[in-house]
Amino acid sequence: MDDVATGEPLIVLDSVNKWFGPLHVLDDVSLSVGRGEVVVVIGPSGSGKSTLCRTINRLEPINSGTITFDGQELPAEGKALAKLRSEVGMVFQSFNLFAHKTILENVTLGPVKVRREKPAAARERGLALLDRVGIANQAGKFPAQLSGGQQQRAAIARALAMQPKAMLFDEPTSALDPEMVGEVLDVMTSLARDGMTMVVVTHEMGFARHAANRVIFMADGKLVEDAAPAEFFANPRSERAKDFLSKILTH
Amino acid sequence: MHVFTDPKNFDAYLSGFLWILKLTGASAVCALVLGVLLAAMRVSPVPVLRGFGAAWVNIFRNTPLTLVIFFCYFGLFVTLGLTLSDDLFRNIYWLGVVGLSTYTAAFVCEAVRSGINTVPTGQAEAARAIGLSFAQTLRIVVLPQAARAVIAPFGSILIALCKNATIVGTIGLAESSTIMKDLINFNGDAVIPIFLVFAGTFAAVLIPTGYFFGWLANRLAVKR
Repeated sequence: MDDVATGEPLIVLDSVNKWFGPLHVLDDVSLSVGRGEVVVVIGPSGSGKSTLCRTINRLEPINSGTITFDGQELPAEGKALAKLRSEVGMVFQSFNLFAHKTILENVTLGPVKVRREKPAAARERGLALLDRVGIANQAGKFPAQLSGGQQQRAAIARALAMQPKAMLFDEPTSALDPEMVGEVLDVMTSLARDGMTMVVVTHEMGFARHAANRVIFMADGKLVEDAAPAEFFANPRSERAKDFLSKILTH
Repeated sequence: MHVFTDPKNFDAYLSGFLWILKLTGASAVCALVLGVLLAAMRVSPVPVLRGFGAAWVNIFRNTPLTLVIFFCYFGLFVTLGLTLSDDLFRNIYWLGVVGLSTYTAAFVCEAVRSGINTVPTGQAEAARAIGLSFAQTLRIVVLPQAARAVIAPFGSILIALCKNATIVGTIGLAESSTIMKDLINFNGDAVIPIFLVFAGTFAAVLIPTGYFFGWLANRLAVKR
């Protein structure tokens, strides 16, 4: 997994700043993510890592700096922004499956309504994706009838249905019962292995160790460390990272 | 019950309620369309639209309906010459529909808006994240879920609208309350029975309406 991507980076953040009122949630953050690279973002709660993830498809607008995706600066609004979002898959902590649609409808909605694919073709591909994440037998059910792990895998399938150039994961396992974390991480690991560009905000250090190309450590809105996983976990340079790791790794 | 055995009185009674049903039906459709549009404006990212929606709600929700209906007749028709039909009563009827719809739309808007607030933010975020536009997000994801939360309040609004329709009698439409007043004027010995028949007719239609909306709301509730 050490084959770091080549060519021009897919996602570039340059001196990004964002405030929530007086709170400086992103403090001069610069980061670039290459094609096929898996970047895991960790840090204490309130460090700005979720916000960072959400700025990449502009669910959170930024106050200053630039974000470019695939060589193009993020559009501010309208059709161009919708098009960009359709190329960036997003997986949320609370799944956010459309509660009034079946699992299969959740997966085919984007391809049919955004990409104007034929419903039959979208359906076929949707079922294949549900099969890939291991829940093809749940296709006709509604989200509330599924376990958390199954819902999150459906949400990953929904994002993949748009054939995104990159996937953003905002704490995808934080709302899950412990016994369901593994099934979601397995799907994510296989995605990483298949060469998907991924930005993953997570507390799963095991995933960071074995699936990430790079680990980003954030604290107080600042990007504090950016290193290969083995190096970061063995020799964190900053005091904040040492402190953070000592708290989570001793248990 | 001698009052209603007279065919002339019975026909008047029927035609009065027929006007009420027509006023309610047409106004309900107009108020629904208008109210949903106003709610879309109130949640839109465009400040001008938000302001327009808020102004509409604040003006019409806080003006007595009698004044709104009077304005439709004396303002729109008498002063500004807005004529919606060549037939005298049809014209009053449509002026009544305009007044009832603009007024009721304010309540529909607020019911829809509170319904939208019952839909978790994550639903709209997920919709935007797969590339749906603002209008698609509203139409495909948010409103269908809001609608389920809005059905019960819609029942109350419809019931209020049906009763409010009697106010169009004040500008000269021979709807049920006007007919009742006439019957009472000519039959001073049967005031209570006449009153009970008219009130009973409203109750007979509206009580099942209320239960129907309650049943529908339960049936369509979204599981989370």
